[in-house]
Amino acid sequence: MNTPINNSIAADMGAAMQDNVSEDQSVVSRRGFLLSSAVAAGGLAIGMYLPSRADARPGMANVMQNAGGEGVFAPNAFVRIAPDDTVTVVIKHIEFGQGPYTGLSTIVAEELDASWSQMRADAAPADADTYKNFAFGTQGTGGSTAIANSYEQMRKAGATARAMLVAAAAERWNVAVSDVSVSNGVVSATANTATFGELAADAMRQNPPKKPTLKDPANFKLIGTNLPKLDSRIKTTGKAIYTLDQYPDNVVTAVIEHAPQFGATLKSFDAAEALKQPGVLAVKAVPQGVAVYAENTAAALKAKQSITASWDSNKAETRSSEQIRADFSKAARKPGLVAVSNGNVDQAINDAANIDKGRTLDVEYFHPFLAHAPMETLDAVIQRQGKNVVSWLGSQFPAADQKAIAKVMGVSPKNVTLNTQFAGGSFGRRAQPGAPFAAEAAEVAKAFGGDRPVKLMWTRDNDIRGGWYRPLTVARLRGAVDASGNITAWDETIATQSITQETGMDSGKQLDPKVVEGSKDLPYGIKNHRVTAHQLNTGVPVLWWRSVGHSHNGYHTETFIDQLLEMAGKDPVAGRMALLGDHERHKGVLQRVADMASWSGTHANDGRMRGVAVHKSFDSYVAQIHEVSIGNDGLPKVHKVWCAVDCGVAVNPNVIAAQMEGGIGYGLSAILYNAVTLQAGGKVLESNFDQYRSLRIHEMPAVETSVIKSAKAPTGVGEPGLPPAGPAMANAWRALTGNAVSSLPFTATANASARRKNTTGASS
Amino acid sequence: MSDNSPTSGKQLVTMTVNGEQTEVAIEPRRVLLDVLRHDVGLTGSKKVCEMGDCGACTVHLDGAPVYSCLVLGIECAGKKVDTIEGLAKGNQLDPIQQAFIDHDAFQCGFCTSGQIMSLKALFEDSPKPSDEQIVTAVSGNLCRCGAYQNIVKAAQAVRDEAKPETRNDD
Repeated sequence: MNTPINNSIAADMGAAMQDNVSEDQSVVSRRGFLLSSAVAAGGLAIGMYLPSRADARPGMANVMQNAGGEGVFAPNAFVRIAPDDTVTVVIKHIEFGQGPYTGLSTIVAEELDASWSQMRADAAPADADTYKNFAFGTQGTGGSTAIANSYEQMRKAGATARAMLVAAAAERWNVAVSDVSVSNGVVSATANTATFGELAADAMRQNPPKKPTLKDPANFKLIGTNLPKLDSRIKTTGKAIYTLDQYPDNVVTAVIEHAPQFGATLKSFDAAEALKQPGVLAVKAVPQGVAVYAENTAAALKAKQSITASWDSNKAETRSSEQIRADFSKAARKPGLVAVSNGNVDQAINDAANIDKGRTLDVEYFHPFLAHAPMETLDAVIQRQGKNVVSWLGSQFPAADQKAIAKVMGVSPKNVTLNTQFAGGSFGRRAQPGAPFAAEAAEVAKAFGGDRPVKLMWTRDNDIRGGWYRPLTVARLRGAVDASGNITAWDETIATQSITQETGMDSGKQLDPKVVEGSKDLPYGIKNHRVTAHQLNTGVPVLWWRSVGHSHNGYHTETFIDQLLEMAGKDPVAGRMALLGDHERHKGVLQRVADMASWSGTHANDGRMRGVAVHKSFDSYVAQIHEVSIGNDGLPKVHKVWCAVDCGVAVNPNVIAAQMEGGIGYGLSAILYNAVTLQAGGKVLESNFDQYRSLRIHEMPAVETSVIKSAKAPTGVGEPGLPPAGPAMANAWRALTGNAVSSLPFTATANASARRKNTTGASS
Repeated sequence: MSDNSPTSGKQLVTMTVNGEQTEVAIEPRRVLLDVLRHDVGLTGSKKVCEMGDCGACTVHLDGAPVYSCLVLGIECAGKKVDTIEGLAKGNQLDPIQQAFIDHDAFQCGFCTSGQIMSLKALFEDSPKPSDEQIVTAVSGNLCRCGAYQNIVKAAQAVRDEAKPETRNDD
């Protein structure tokens, strides 16, 4: 039989020392203790935990169910120490590659003085309070906050456990607490030593310290080092289980046909042909479209193709991207809601243009809708079990998803078990405050009825055409440089769609801070500075896309400043530095990256040019220099990227470097190639990776990352690598070709492609 | 077997999956990827684009890398199918798997099986590939997370039989 399965907590770097069986057995016992001890610790609604697929063979399930939690030390909701010495950290953030399993475990291990090889990690259950993100006030992952919001909490969780282990040891050996030391997973005093597992049962009886003592960061042993990631082994052996990999007994495969336009609704459908096909179980109308149920994927997909549906598009968004762009462009000609207004920009621009022989610059930028397009499309398995509902999905906001599933299924949220799965990427796509996907999956399960588990899998065209995009944005920037080369004015008008209003987090009409992030806080000292925004509606649902408002504002601010500096006769690095005033951390990363690249201006050898950008987002500071040539396709070829990041205390330097590289690759893919295009009538043009392409491995630049040493509290890394990537590349491209690309992506812009003939010798 | 549809139209197919004789009753229209994942229970190969564009479903068919989303299950009758799950010998990881661990050559992990299987095919053909051969071998394997640089490093380490940099792993 197949049983729904969860990944082994032993995301198992330590497993190399064990054979598979004992590894699996340890998973068995840990599964059990996690369940029982967590319930004991706080009555938590822990989901069904079962071992990795290899174990989920006939007969194994019972072994799992009967595994007990005897002797497990559970000092709080985050740390479990078992008699076998394994330390399991219950991770409140979803793991989709950004590294919280490793990061949060590192912080606990540090304060606990554990050995890295004894560390394990597992997903927390849905619990909006116990496992809340302090940045949100509810349970959720996003905004590059996993380490930042958990840092103090995980330190205290580890320090508390350590103090209780020490107290247990002192009691056992009849020595003073101050005589007990802990190092590398071993507790010792004079001639006595004990492992964590040996002390676990006694530690459970100790009183937790009211205020656990935290380490001096100068004494950190694990934080700041390159540790092997905890999910390495299962992800390189094919054993990691994602939502897509759940094939519980008797599973029904469901696919869905959505309306062809955003806001259109189903009028009628004809499934007669589909229902004749072998393996097809049912076709049902759901609020989100037409759901097709079958015994396997092929049957479901074939049936979906043979359904004819008619849709009511009366309330649909029927404008094309081009029309929406024109509407936004019109709005951006006039100031909107004011985010910043210092001095008098109109006066300064007028003076430069007409009085003091200065120069002005007026550029309209276009940023298209973008899909997140994670490797794993949205998917979920939902099963009714009597009055309970069990669900498996890569949930970024588990409590919200749990509530949405409960509402649709007509049960109380406490009767819904939500098992957060590994997810094959997200980039913001799974962070859904209103839980529209969880609600859709529940509707699909409910419409089928009965108690078979229903697995809804989106196809790639569901994904690319499924909305919840990075908002289409038009920005108009005006600037002025006086005759002495001072930048005297910066006037920025952003026309976009508010995500917080779209997702229902904010129903007001006041300025949404995400709309102007990265622009409102422009770090350059420009006397006359105005940023305003128009929050416009479309029928297209929008969502946070890796780096959110910074994804558009970072591009246009950092390419615009580059042009103003050139007009002012300034070097891109020195010119920025001079304008950064007391923004020391901006200056720190800019200087570091300039040193790394031995910056001496935009020129480089071999027909290449360089561009720079610096941008703060999610409280982290990133500067990049890109070295670019003209590729064979006439588009930019990025050869090399130097990247400096200041994100406070660097918990896992290898993860930070990986996130910078990932942000650069993801960002360049979008800036160069990507747009979701609404055609006339409102249907989306693109449907798969052939039309929505990414950088391939041979197109990925070599990236060299340097992390600024800092004792400040850690800040985000998942997103901040992205915003400077596009503009640094584009600035190099402008140096190389003279083309300032303001309408994205590069592939859609006539002036983006260089005419090789005219640019040979650009570097000489 | 979870396919409850009428057995008419199904064919009994025997293939050697990771060295084991495996018999499946499948409809001719079903692709190898789906058969491996749903019927055989090997979910390491991933379904991502279903059009041969991303490489996440890469397995070996008679030793050659194929996109299993584009191969029909019945085409594999009598053939040898090797997947990520068969790469390690007991507890002994394949050197490519070990190098992926040593060099953090993945992020979300969804493309990882395909990346490793593409590289495995390369190394079986040419144990000392050039950097260009390495990149070409995985140029059909999409990674949306952008773990590319470490994937190349991992492959280079396998080629050079390099020891990983010293890391604090006790």
